[in-house]
Amino acid sequence: MSALYPQTEALSSRERAVLNLYAISALAVFLLLMLFGLAMRAAQGRWINISPQVFYQLMTAHGAGMVGTVGLASSAIMWFFLRKYVRLSTAMFVANYLLFLLGAVLILAAVFIGGFGGAWTFLYPLPVHTMGIWSINAAAVFMLGYLVIGVGFLLFYLDAMLAVMRVYGNLGRALGWQWLFGGTIDKSHPTTVVASTMVIIVNTLGILGGAVVLVMCLVNAYVPRFPLDALLVKNLIYFFGHVFVNCSIYMAVIGVYELLPRYSGRPWGVSRPFLWAWAASTVMVLIVYPHHLMMDYVMPHWMLVTGQIISYTSGLPVFLVTAYGALTNVYRSGMRWRMPAMLIVLSMFGWAAGIVPAIVDGTIAVNVVMHNTMWVPGHFHFYLLLGVLPMVLAFLYHVAGGSSRSLETAGDRLSLAVYLIAGLAFVGMFLAGGRASEPRRYAVHFAEWLPYDRAASIAAALVIAAMLLFAIRISGALLKAGSGEKGSGEVPAHLPG
Amino acid sequence: MTMQNDAWVISLVGIGLVALLFIYVIAQAGKIAPDPAGVQKKAYALRRPLFWALIVLGIGVAYGTLRTFPIPKQQGALHPAQTVQVIAHQWSWEITPAPIQAGVPIEFDVTSADVNHGFAIFDAHDRLLTQTQAMPGYTNRLIYTFAQPGTYRVLCLEYCGVAHYGMMDELHVVARKGDRQ
Repeated sequence: MSALYPQTEALSSRERAVLNLYAISALAVFLLLMLFGLAMRAAQGRWINISPQVFYQLMTAHGAGMVGTVGLASSAIMWFFLRKYVRLSTAMFVANYLLFLLGAVLILAAVFIGGFGGAWTFLYPLPVHTMGIWSINAAAVFMLGYLVIGVGFLLFYLDAMLAVMRVYGNLGRALGWQWLFGGTIDKSHPTTVVASTMVIIVNTLGILGGAVVLVMCLVNAYVPRFPLDALLVKNLIYFFGHVFVNCSIYMAVIGVYELLPRYSGRPWGVSRPFLWAWAASTVMVLIVYPHHLMMDYVMPHWMLVTGQIISYTSGLPVFLVTAYGALTNVYRSGMRWRMPAMLIVLSMFGWAAGIVPAIVDGTIAVNVVMHNTMWVPGHFHFYLLLGVLPMVLAFLYHVAGGSSRSLETAGDRLSLAVYLIAGLAFVGMFLAGGRASEPRRYAVHFAEWLPYDRAASIAAALVIAAMLLFAIRISGALLKAGSGEKGSGEVPAHLPG
Repeated sequence: MTMQNDAWVISLVGIGLVALLFIYVIAQAGKIAPDPAGVQKKAYALRRPLFWALIVLGIGVAYGTLRTFPIPKQQGALHPAQTVQVIAHQWSWEITPAPIQAGVPIEFDVTSADVNHGFAIFDAHDRLLTQTQAMPGYTNRLIYTFAQPGTYRVLCLEYCGVAHYGMMDELHVVARKGDRQ
């Protein structure tokens, strides 16, 4: 074992098998959903012909699938590193995977067999106001799929919560709140534990909010005399959706905290600003969601103002703690520029740069002319495609690279360059479309929008080509490593039994 | 300059600054500082003024953009020159009365008969001018003053089902009586 691959992160054969399941499934689904995305952009550009019904089915599967799969892949990162500090149940991690698989099958069946095309946001009452395109049963199966996936994540978080509390006493101490206002900070307190605890708290609440709204919608689907308030449902859906997507980023960034110092050779531990940033993020992620509802004028205006101001302040921990901390860690460090290190730095850029147009759109006066234009997928693809996905790829390249030095070829580096340039072009076309007032979620586009759609299609094809190479290389190395290893299956000695 | 162009320029500048910072650090990353702790100390010392600069910038932008609240009050009289009722349906608009007067504040009372829609007004160059959501059970009040007479397009900006992209209509805006065209 080396400094890059400490003994405490060694995987038993069972653990490796489960991690491989997560990794290879996620990579395969990412590729499939990227192809759906390419099909949508090419159809908007009039290069291929698909019916609006199929377009919206692809859109629904792309949105729901990407949100869920990013969450799945990120949870693998959290599990991998958190198990060094607390004792996590592999069975719960497996249960999360199996429930995710079941939920994904339900969602895919609802969309491609049942014809459901109500978007990943399933805003009430669209799922039950089908206009004969899909059945109530299809809508219910879709929502049931979400519910099953949510149960899986809840099991994982509850197991992690108990494990953290067993070691640190309570969640506040795990977050390092005892050092917020003074005292000598224990520099060995793991950044992973701080970030994981934040996610455990916030995403448990987010998923519970999602479960409430899903059950409400399911009951309403079969008992229409139980009517729902469309604005309340919208609030709950965006609360849940926003929290879930953000927690996927926060789970993935654990890999950055853990891995970057190994490639730079510089420590990156907790500090008071770091603890304050995560404490503030714990609160801000829960209360910022009204920025999705700025065009719902009947919302209490103080909530919309909160949405704008918290959108601004939410950027501070990202810019000044994580991205700035990463740059400080790298600066004149004699960096070892291997694939995981390059992907991590790309991810920091994608996240920090991507939230700029997001913050701009979080201004009510701007939102009036940008909401639900292509500007919105522009900013979220920026920090998901160029931020979170590189975090996931960095982690997988690192783990897979432990047994295979062949993951550092010119082909890998060329693919990374293609991914970066094409990725920037792809998100740039969304943002340029938003500037030109191109609406999002239109199956058919006006002639003046076609140049954006076509340029985006070419860029998407290049991103997919690079992603295909990443997926093949990582999957091959992971399977190779799994086949040649004998696992101990023992709990590391420093953990409570 | 339109608001869209402002947003575009501000975003490009912001993204560009972030990119320059990354390029600079990446270019320096291969070197080894003789005093790593000193480098980190210096960098973190810079963070404090940066934090306060961003706080001041944020307060300034928030004040500037919220001082005149961009959304009209939703209770009480607004005293518009004309009130227009807008009801959204899957997949058409019911807009009464027409035509609409230019140069005076128009109140649009926007609701939906079925699912969520987005009532968005575009100019003759397909530039988005303003919008609000159309929701079942609620009425959003939007105030807009058309600078010029002409034909404006209404598009739906909230996904509402399979014909969402085709849910369009037109607003015919005429000069006020007594105004010269």
